[in-house]
Amino acid sequence: MTTIAPEETAREAVFDATVAAEERIEPRDWMPDAYRSTLVRQIAQHAHSEIIGMQPEANWITRAPSLRRKAILMAKVQDEAGHGLYLYSAAETLGTGRDELLDKLHSGRQKYSSIFNYPTLTWADVGAIGWLVDGAAITNQVPLCRCSYGPYARAMVRICKEESFHQRQGYELLLTLSRGTEAQHAMAQDAVDRWWWPSLMMFGPPDDESSHSAQSMAWKIKRHSNDELRQRFVDICVPQAEALGLTLPDPDLTWNEERGHWDFGPINWAEFREVLKGNGPCNEQRISRRRQAHEEGAWVREAAAAHAAKHGKATR
Amino acid sequence: MNITATPALPLGDDALILSHRLGEWAGHAPVLEEEVALANIALDLLGQARVLLSLTGDEDELAYLREERQFHNLQLVEQPNGDFAHTIARQLYFSTYQELLFDHLAATESELAPLAGKAVKEVAYHRDHAHQWTLRLGDGTDESHARMQRALDSLWQFTGELFEPVDGLETVPWSALDDSWTTRITATLEQATLTIPEGPRHGAWRAGAGRQGLHTESFGRLLAEMQHLHRSHPGATW
Repeated sequence: MTTIAPEETAREAVFDATVAAEERIEPRDWMPDAYRSTLVRQIAQHAHSEIIGMQPEANWITRAPSLRRKAILMAKVQDEAGHGLYLYSAAETLGTGRDELLDKLHSGRQKYSSIFNYPTLTWADVGAIGWLVDGAAITNQVPLCRCSYGPYARAMVRICKEESFHQRQGYELLLTLSRGTEAQHAMAQDAVDRWWWPSLMMFGPPDDESSHSAQSMAWKIKRHSNDELRQRFVDICVPQAEALGLTLPDPDLTWNEERGHWDFGPINWAEFREVLKGNGPCNEQRISRRRQAHEEGAWVREAAAAHAAKHGKATR
Repeated sequence: MNITATPALPLGDDALILSHRLGEWAGHAPVLEEEVALANIALDLLGQARVLLSLTGDEDELAYLREERQFHNLQLVEQPNGDFAHTIARQLYFSTYQELLFDHLAATESELAPLAGKAVKEVAYHRDHAHQWTLRLGDGTDESHARMQRALDSLWQFTGELFEPVDGLETVPWSALDDSWTTRITATLEQATLTIPEGPRHGAWRAGAGRQGLHTESFGRLLAEMQHLHRSHPGATW
């Protein structure tokens, strides 16, 4: 049995007041253990998503159909590695090392976004990822720029700027295809048909099934519910799809005058749960690739450490 | 395709093909910092390639619609990535060469001078990156030392070609550049506790093979992958 010391209660009151006043919690501030572990889980999962998310797009770097598109795609994948680095640094301010977090990713104890378990089958998928996947990520992440934990909020400010840029590039890629040859238009439509529903799943389970939501909202880590953000995303996408000259694969999509929002059809939550459980189309491939890169790189990291030890320099 | 004969083409091909090889590393690097660094170098090289190819014609036609025998890149840059040590050895050999050449071109009246003047800053960073990793791998563990030496040895046969005169660049003092290159590479390898490879500096083809459009076997496969989508949709814009 544990008893709460009076100074603990006083610290907790300071923490609560800081959060209530919309001020930032910083690494050296006292924070509840559960707040710390929730943040580590969320930031690590976010970092892992950036790293695993490099794979579906890197899949097309060597096949990009013009040098301009190739340069854009390489820069984007590079940005994602950079975002992973910012986020691991933010997680490290909470007392967990990057190596430990990577171990958890490799052993499946920590997750990454379910969306990256879908394959990129054509060039148009690169555009669909930019428009829809990055679009959904931005809708989710912009409110995180006001998250109560300072290092995470600041990382998100930088990340969101770059993500918006990627999203516009993805949209422009799809627009070019949509207005191109018949085959290109069909390629764009097929990609949107495959990525639409998985993108809606990126907002997580419906509000009545979301286990972490209430506490995260109370701590001002999260600002809006999953369903609220999902609705916001659908409302943004419908006119954009129209401008693209592409359709969204949902026969139930209708404007609801009363709500002032688009109504949309039911999400296949059984598929979502399967993908989360590891049974999506690319789960095995993505994690194996990551483990392989890490294992095959072990001798390089050991060499860097040995060299630094001999010559008195820090490895990083 | 109407290709103007200019030295921009072989130099552009070098940058294009090495950039492509480095792009294959995305998602495979040994540490995240190297994901960033290798992509960064690949992007610099792709930028150089685009400027150089555009001096010759349409960059996409040149990249996507030529066949193996029409590419004039060095055989060194088309070599497969191998392990990290092979990639670093290839980069050390090439960046050292490119820095010396661009340094020279930047000070001439050549149409390539402005490009060379700008690119030499990027290339100095590439060379430093390869130099630092050669030191870490050479003077790291026994395993990394052995791997680095093996990589340097196996790519050595492609280094003679670097200093074969390029058409249109007859005024470049190629053999003096070769001497400077050898001095710099020797200094790096000595500092890294490695030895300068022995054996011929030319592969099975005689001098200037890549520059004449004679390539190694893996090159055709690289082009097949790079070009297939573009070629599948003739006339399309992307």
